[in-house]
Amino acid sequence: MPKKEIEIRIRNLNIYSINKKQKHSHILKDINLDIPKNRLTSIIGPSGCGKTTLLKSINRLYDIQENIKVEGHIFIGDEDIYNPRRQVNELRKKVGLIAQRPYPLPANIYDNVAFGPRLHGRRKKSELDDIVESCLKRTYLWEEVKDRLKEPAVALSIGQQQRLCIARALAVEPEVILCDEITSALDPISSEKIESLLLALRQDYTIVLVSHVLRQARRLSDHVVFLYFGEVVETGNAKEFFEFPRDQRTKNYISGIMPGL
Amino acid sequence: MNKYIKESIFRVLMIISVFIVVAFLVIIIGVNIVKGGIVLINEPAVIFTAPGPKYLLGGEGGILHAILGSILMVIPSTCIACAASYLIALFLQVDYIKNRFSNKLRVVFDVLWGIPSIIYGIFILNILIAANKRGSLGAGIITLALLQMPVIVRYMDEALNSVPDGIRESAYSLGATRLETAFTTAKYALPGIIAGVLIGMGRAMGDAASVIFTSGAGNSMPKGLSKSVSSLPVLIFQQANSYYPSVREHAFAASFVLIIIIIALNAISRICSKHFQKYTAGSDR
Repeated sequence: MPKKEIEIRIRNLNIYSINKKQKHSHILKDINLDIPKNRLTSIIGPSGCGKTTLLKSINRLYDIQENIKVEGHIFIGDEDIYNPRRQVNELRKKVGLIAQRPYPLPANIYDNVAFGPRLHGRRKKSELDDIVESCLKRTYLWEEVKDRLKEPAVALSIGQQQRLCIARALAVEPEVILCDEITSALDPISSEKIESLLLALRQDYTIVLVSHVLRQARRLSDHVVFLYFGEVVETGNAKEFFEFPRDQRTKNYISGIMPGL
Repeated sequence: MNKYIKESIFRVLMIISVFIVVAFLVIIIGVNIVKGGIVLINEPAVIFTAPGPKYLLGGEGGILHAILGSILMVIPSTCIACAASYLIALFLQVDYIKNRFSNKLRVVFDVLWGIPSIIYGIFILNILIAANKRGSLGAGIITLALLQMPVIVRYMDEALNSVPDGIRESAYSLGATRLETAFTTAKYALPGIIAGVLIGMGRAMGDAASVIFTSGAGNSMPKGLSKSVSSLPVLIFQQANSYYPSVREHAFAASFVLIIIIIALNAISRICSKHFQKYTAGSDR
């Protein structure tokens, strides 16, 4: 195995949520993480432990929420994404986010995929056609929708919609793809398709997957991060992580005897 | 009391209330349409002819000046109000300002919505007096724009608020700027936005109190931005007050036209909403 390159480095990341009485609650506590390049990294942990928060902070999505305060640094490549001089939409172009449920934009299938490239200045019809076709092919959706590209995207089944959302994210040519429990709203067959899609994509992209399905994390990931009440408890190679967990809390979580859950 | 008896009593009460309200609506619209329809069948020219100099005194003529006046005032004022409201409604979204400020602004617009239209009329009238100007088409347009703006703002705002956060986040995560995201959410909210615009337009179309001072109530056809125009609600008020039965009859014709315009606006709003809903239907909110 070649030496792993590190794509995302998270250093001393603290995230607080501030409620109306200006009370801070500490969501993520002093996170330090390395996420390897062109690998699939799963973040697992019980509900409410900050998995999604961690994921969204890599995309700077909390910029628009006034009640979330982020401290610390996240480097993608060599660049600190919380550098205030950084244009946030350039960053988000590099880091795609796929949400828990598919939210097709209010447009037809073609425009959904072409939305991102258009934002970033690609307006030529032929070029867009190519992008749409290749992205839909990569998500195995092309055969299913090629005859109805002009239909509203909400007419697709929910599994297809989720693959459309992945295609939409691929269309802006990201380096990192963040997936937030992307199969949790789907039926088993659609989930399986998405999983095989992720496995195919990890060759070319750095994928960070939040999952609360342990079996899924086990099947898919190269690298696992276990998050428990806002702290990183254990990280490691997936195989080692699941077979020889070091921390007692990890052992309990994997074997399903988590107290208080 | 047995809860099943309670259930049936409330059911009956609900049905009665619905029946009373619907019955009144049907009677109001029916009477106007029938009576106005009779007048229009007998003298269809009323809609196409300009009023003579002594029209309100039982003289020759029709109501074309008021129909044109209403349309000429309402369409530009709606355009102005729409443009302003769209910007305001986008501004009220979380992306631009903090929630507690936008909530305060929302209260302001709710209050503005509740202000009686005559107050808007008096306000513009005072400005006209200070500027030493007379009531005119232009002043009427501004008054009606002010009158419908709070309605449209609040409708647009509600429509934009009902857009799921996921849509906003999807757009952001593809690298859209705030403005591009705002346009995307606005597209999602389009059915609600259109409904708001047409409700505002209906309010402006049917309002007499605000334009009676500001655009005048003359008998002449609209001639220019600085000239006075009449409008349908004002004309109906004048006709219904008339001593001459023939003029009072014409009030029904004018009401007929007004009701048809309002119904048409509602129909357009329905059709447009249906059309744009195809992009949002099925996805749960």
